[in-house]
Amino acid sequence: MKVHISATGIHMEADTSTPETAVPSSVPQPKDDFQEELVIRPLHSGDIYASFQFRTLWETDFMRGNKVSHYRLFPKSLGQVISKFSVRELHISFTQGYWRTMQWGQPFLPSPPGAELWVWFQDSVTDVDGTWKELTNVLSGIFCASLNFIDSTNTVQPSASFKPLGIGNVTDHSFLRYATLPREIVCTENLTPWKKLLPCGSKAGLAVLLKSEKLFHSSFHSQAVHIRPVCQDWQCKTTSWELRQTLNVVFDLHTPGQGKREWSLFKMFSRTLTEACPLASSSKIYIDITDNPQGEQFEVSPATPLLSQAMVLGDRRTFSVYDLTQQITFGTVRSLNLLIRWKSRDMLRPLLHGERYVAGYGLQTGEIHTLMYNNHPYRSFPVLLLDSVPWYLRLYIHTLTVASKGKDNKPSYIHYQPSKDRVRPHLLEMLVQLPPNSVTEVTVQFERALLKWTEYTPDPNHGFYVGSSVISSLVPSIVAMDTNSTREQPLFSSFFPCKEESSYFVRVYTEPLLVNLPTPDFSMPYNVICLTCTVVAVGYGSLYNLLTRSFQIDEPSPGLAKRIANIIRKMRGVPPL
Amino acid sequence: MKILTFFSLFSTFLSANSINVEENAGQFFSSGHTNNWAVLVCTSRFWFNYRHVANTLSVYRSVKRLGIPDSHIVLMLADDMACNHRNPKPATVFSHKNMELNVYGDDVEVDYRGYEVTVENFLRVLTGRLPPSTPRSKRLLSDDRSNILIYLTGHGGNGFLKFQDSEEISNVELADAFEQMWQKRRYNELLFIIDTCQGASMYERFYSPNLMALASSQVGEDSLSHQPDLAIGVHLMDRYTFYLLEFLEDIHPASKANMKDLFKVCPKSQCVSTPGHRTDLFLRDPGSALITDFFGSVRKVEITMETINLTDLIKEAEQKDNVQQMLEMVTNEMNILKLWFDSNKLSLNLNKTKFMIFGNHTTNIDVKIVIDNKTIERVYESKFLGVVLDHKLCWKPHIKYLCMKMARSIGILSKTR
Repeated sequence: MKVHISATGIHMEADTSTPETAVPSSVPQPKDDFQEELVIRPLHSGDIYASFQFRTLWETDFMRGNKVSHYRLFPKSLGQVISKFSVRELHISFTQGYWRTMQWGQPFLPSPPGAELWVWFQDSVTDVDGTWKELTNVLSGIFCASLNFIDSTNTVQPSASFKPLGIGNVTDHSFLRYATLPREIVCTENLTPWKKLLPCGSKAGLAVLLKSEKLFHSSFHSQAVHIRPVCQDWQCKTTSWELRQTLNVVFDLHTPGQGKREWSLFKMFSRTLTEACPLASSSKIYIDITDNPQGEQFEVSPATPLLSQAMVLGDRRTFSVYDLTQQITFGTVRSLNLLIRWKSRDMLRPLLHGERYVAGYGLQTGEIHTLMYNNHPYRSFPVLLLDSVPWYLRLYIHTLTVASKGKDNKPSYIHYQPSKDRVRPHLLEMLVQLPPNSVTEVTVQFERALLKWTEYTPDPNHGFYVGSSVISSLVPSIVAMDTNSTREQPLFSSFFPCKEESSYFVRVYTEPLLVNLPTPDFSMPYNVICLTCTVVAVGYGSLYNLLTRSFQIDEPSPGLAKRIANIIRKMRGVPPL
Repeated sequence: MKILTFFSLFSTFLSANSINVEENAGQFFSSGHTNNWAVLVCTSRFWFNYRHVANTLSVYRSVKRLGIPDSHIVLMLADDMACNHRNPKPATVFSHKNMELNVYGDDVEVDYRGYEVTVENFLRVLTGRLPPSTPRSKRLLSDDRSNILIYLTGHGGNGFLKFQDSEEISNVELADAFEQMWQKRRYNELLFIIDTCQGASMYERFYSPNLMALASSQVGEDSLSHQPDLAIGVHLMDRYTFYLLEFLEDIHPASKANMKDLFKVCPKSQCVSTPGHRTDLFLRDPGSALITDFFGSVRKVEITMETINLTDLIKEAEQKDNVQQMLEMVTNEMNILKLWFDSNKLSLNLNKTKFMIFGNHTTNIDVKIVIDNKTIERVYESKFLGVVLDHKLCWKPHIKYLCMKMARSIGILSKTR
């Protein structure tokens, strides 16, 4: 890596001739590698789905109290968080909007609306709850989010749902913590520190496209950070730490104002690309052309000869690849603006889909209905449903019913942890077998609690949020999936580890719920004080005056004539009239 | 020959320049503050209070532009306007109509947002009494050489400011918080600006030194908003902060504008309310305080090729507060005095010479003054011109002495009865 400081600025040149490990020093530097990619998938509704992934792999050891001090591509703030709090895996996501599975298909990386944080701690941690609280405070400072509102009233310990995504055969779920904040707003102040974690920042590479004015003017926006230990090779002799920063955004066809069905990088991000990040070993753009084999539906310009095939979400997809590390990609104008133009106006129906809503009337009771759709024509598969309901909606578990196709469907595994007022939320985990081509409905009744008047938020009539349910499942796949996780494959297809060839892992999030709690009238204490004081003042005052006031008869003042006569009489010495 | 004259001239010029630089180097150690902090708070919730968020963000923008980094700014916004679903242009907050100026920007960092903006959190930030796991970006890590700018905006009244429509902070609480900051040496100078109805009532109760306060309206007056934007549908800014932003846009880091110019911002003709200010607690003359002392983070940097000897300057700075140094100075002076006496054939009776240190705090240091190898005795009270002076100046020994005299006289009088 050569750095030149000249009059025009600082230039960096990637020195590809010398390998990164050949540094003449006494301690061999651990190898770190950075890859970036962008996947663009046109959706059938006319919208377009763009998914950025930035991955840093670092061969170092954060575990067992190892002191790491030299950081290069891996951000120091996250490295210090991992070593200080003995974190094994950390997954945090900030999402604005809800992913519409039926219109858009499955996302590459699912996330619920609001903020979601789940962490696996290492075995060396003695006080997991205390460490969890400190970790949320530190993360709230790093990401400028109100993660410090995560406490015991919205944290749960799932027993089966969130298995570690990295290496490690951990079975003790006491080291796992999961929390969501469905109310959390995502805006530029969360994007700014997220961009600062990237090695090239937002100055070079794909990250120059991340402009907040366009990203937040979209139907769906989700940014996430995932940290986990992974195997470097097939035998897993060396482990390295993987940091993935992902950003998924779905742009609406009608928002920019132009009705024409045409997408370009400039239209989506108001920027074009001029170079790859010099610190990246690979920088690629993938465009999904599976639905367009002969170019009859849309055409992509500039054309590229590179094609790639990948197994993603149980389907074999074909992609056009643009390699940004090659100078010819940018052509003569030195800038890349991909254009996708539709010529005329078809989707793999998602096999698993979930919905949730609140039924009932009034402010005392209600019912939560969760619907799970299995759209496979002949295969049934089990799903794990995780529900975390705040304590102020008191669930009556004896009214829990699970029904598919009208008949009762008994779950094979139920883990329920009842709530404790102001301490713990409800946790309900169930393993349900979904019959083929059916809808399974889970219903449970609840009662709304009355909170103490200081516990209400400043805007209580907005309602209280209940976090999304999580439906995790291994869905049978049409094509054989690749179980070798260390092979070179695009980032978007290698996130969830694949243990068997005949199924792939899917996580679906339902909508969050907005529930009104009985709200007191906050102006009543003021009204009561005014009324009481007025009554007391008027009543007591009047009574007091009646009892203590003495009355005298007062002569009215005489007229003018009489007064003059009185004066004359006084002068004469005669008594007045 | 010519080269020689030229060289001598050049060398004299260089030496003159270096003397100048050494003199200027002294200025580096004499200015009051070394770092700048800003605490910017918007206390209103709901979409129709868009203008309060725009107010705070416009001050944030100016402060960042003049040099204060994000790590030294604590920005508290009670509600999110930029990504609010009612905002027709997401990720933007405009201050001028027709969407001329986006004060939200592309690299904003909000430290406290939403429900976190409460009176308790605000006071904790000011006084530094935060739980140990609070991250650095949420703390005000100022010291006794920090100049702090505090900007508050929202709905208020006579003596209070509303936080999120559910609680209030009163002017007494605010004054006490500033006194706590003063006692804990958390600021060098503090500029307090408030844009709310009857804002002048908020600074009436201040009593700590080195505070300067500005408000957008007097007691009994309302602060009015500036202009609505028909596309967004709400009022974009308040008048006082709008004209303050216009004034600050003309300020750059090298600007020499001072506080007296800031007091002239938004006269009654533009603001409809009468902005007020308070400078009686400020020890310097407001005309000598630059705008960039509070709004910017101006580093005094001078690039020079010469080496500057700092040891004399450091000694001079160190001598300012040290009892030992003071005593040494006194010893030196007394020695000079003794020499004068001797040279003028006078004698100084060292047995009758005593010394006393006046002061409120007890110093446990071993203090000694030695003149001509004779230690001068330290006394704690002494009679001088009929008055008994004591080292604490509380006059108790003098009162005792008087009482003794009177007791004797009264005793004699009783015998004459």
